Amino acid sequence: MRIKEEASRLLDSEYMVPAIFIILSYFAWQFSGLTGSFVFNQVVTRFIRDGILVLSLIIPVVAGMGLNFAITVGAMAIQTALLIVIAYQVEGIKGILLAIIIGVLLSLVLGYVIGRILNRVKGKEMITTIIIGFLFNSIYQLIFLVGFGTFIPVANKEIILTRGIGVRNTVDLGMYRNTIDKLGLFKIGELEIPLFMIIIVLLFAAIIFYILHTRFGQEVKAVGSNMQTSEILGINTDMIRIKVMILSTILAAFGQLAYLQNIGMFDVYTAHMNADIISCAALLAGGASIKKARIRHALMGIFLFHTLFIVSPQAGQNLFNNAALGEYFRSFVAYGTIALALIINIKNENKFS
Amino acid sequence: MKNYRLKPPQIIISAFLILLIGLSYILHMDLVVLLNESMVKLVMNGVLVLSLIPMLNVGAGMNFGLPVGIIGGLIGMCLAVNYRMTGFYGFFMAILFTLMICTLLGWIYGLILNRVKGREEIAGIFIGFSFIPLMNYFWTLAPFQNREMLYPIGGQGLRPKISLENYFNHILDNYGLISIGNIEIPVGLIAVFAIICLFLYLYFRTKIGRATIAVGENEAFAKLSGINISQTRLIAIIISTIIAGFGICIYAQSYGFIQLYDEPLSMAFPAVSAILIGGSTGKKTFIFEAILGTYLLQSMYLLSVPIANEILVPELTEILRTFITYGIILYALLVRERRGIYS
Repeated sequence: MRIKEEASRLLDSEYMVPAIFIILSYFAWQFSGLTGSFVFNQVVTRFIRDGILVLSLIIPVVAGMGLNFAITVGAMAIQTALLIVIAYQVEGIKGILLAIIIGVLLSLVLGYVIGRILNRVKGKEMITTIIIGFLFNSIYQLIFLVGFGTFIPVANKEIILTRGIGVRNTVDLGMYRNTIDKLGLFKIGELEIPLFMIIIVLLFAAIIFYILHTRFGQEVKAVGSNMQTSEILGINTDMIRIKVMILSTILAAFGQLAYLQNIGMFDVYTAHMNADIISCAALLAGGASIKKARIRHALMGIFLFHTLFIVSPQAGQNLFNNAALGEYFRSFVAYGTIALALIINIKNENKFS
Repeated sequence: MKNYRLKPPQIIISAFLILLIGLSYILHMDLVVLLNESMVKLVMNGVLVLSLIPMLNVGAGMNFGLPVGIIGGLIGMCLAVNYRMTGFYGFFMAILFTLMICTLLGWIYGLILNRVKGREEIAGIFIGFSFIPLMNYFWTLAPFQNREMLYPIGGQGLRPKISLENYFNHILDNYGLISIGNIEIPVGLIAVFAIICLFLYLYFRTKIGRATIAVGENEAFAKLSGINISQTRLIAIIISTIIAGFGICIYAQSYGFIQLYDEPLSMAFPAVSAILIGGSTGKKTFIFEAILGTYLLQSMYLLSVPIANEILVPELTEILRTFITYGIILYALLVRERRGIYS
């Protein structure tokens, strides 16, 4: 019995998942034959690309709403804003600021809507956010594939398909590309460190840390640990949950902006598609669960998850002569991490209730 | 059936369907051809929809883990094609292989779902999603021999779309096809569908079937009356998985291809939305509701394709399809929780 207890305690500890990721990444890296500096540079790039998106997941977890798969909605909000800015040809810094303003306002409205919906499905938030993400994706496609050029006049003909209806699959963000990445970039040997963007990501982490330690943050934690009790204590739980969703959606919008400006090309219909799965898996890889998430889980998780993500295709190529196998391994790790976390968490929940 | 009332999604879909029929009439489309196709489409997708019923009735929610059963069926068909079994014999063997593999898969799937009681839907989504890349390894590495299934040059593993042309393409579609004027009724296909419906109907009449419904309606009460909850749930989940495997076999013989790799990824959602349109609320569901929902949804898709092509935006069909699918599921989630059935 003792061994079994020990084993289950080990399995539940928050260091279990990160340890597995470290071991897997190490072996995959060995087989991949990639140089350490290449992997490091890639991981740093992913860190500044996906960092804010992963951080945007923390507050909903603290509020007891589980993984927020609807961060794709925030991503779509900022993409909509960018497309509007490009369609009306507002260039340079003015354009980016306008996109941020429109994006934040849109996320605010959408976050409110999602919050209202989630208040009606308490206990089933995660599945609902998945469906919301898919639903908004089809509305988004409807607007840009069918609406643009028919109901919505577009000044910039370059981004429209030749048939005159719908936005092209890829839109160049040339005028905004890497505008801030290159700031404060310094090199140690072969290692490149974009200091400014790292500071931005850490700044967002600090903001979330601060929010969680204000009065509002305390209320969020209270709602997360027990909704009935906090209702009795006079906290407006529904309002808190709506605010949490608004915050998460706005953060996701900023996250997607960082992602897009780093890539510089903008796949209109697919850029946001896997943002939710990859971010959630990264958060869980850092040792978070669907009940508990800290900022260090997010920061560590991005490094661990993306190291594995970068080395596995090459490892698959070298081991089996087939790069596709590495790709499958990647998607398996992403989905599998979430599936395993869900099963373990729910099982424990059922045991205690 | 006595309490059957039209629900908002059905009214919306029916209104939309009538609108589409009107439009297609104005655009001079051949409605008879569309009617013929709608019958094939009903069975093609209907079996997958029926497979959701046992799990809904045992209270395990909408089976978003449908890919598990679908993959079982795909393995079954691949085995049959690998050994070059053709015609009825081939299809029968495919079904037999599917039965064995899905029983095993369903058993494992059921054991997992029994550990996450009450949250099966979210767990099912990710079990299905993570099972697909795992199976991609199988499709790539398994030692299949038939050249017609493998990548034509160089590459390793099965091709993403295996043609059934020389095996059991349209084997049920063309069996006992009766023509009345221009209307063609695929009697064989509908008969198979009817047999599966009948099987489900009889299953819910047996002792174990009644226990299934009892568990779904009130688990605590069922436990008090001495029903083995875990076992009942396991049986219902296995049956769901097996029917899902049959469903994909019937789908593939109509479609003409076995679709592997990431194809099963998005198959669960349309099936779930079909059963919800039929009037299910994510709890006890009648066979009739599954049939009605599938027919409404499939005829609507069928009609919307030529109409969208007519107005020059072919993508519109696909977008509307996903919009309706996810809209219906979200609506069902909202309504179900408001009634507090699950609390």
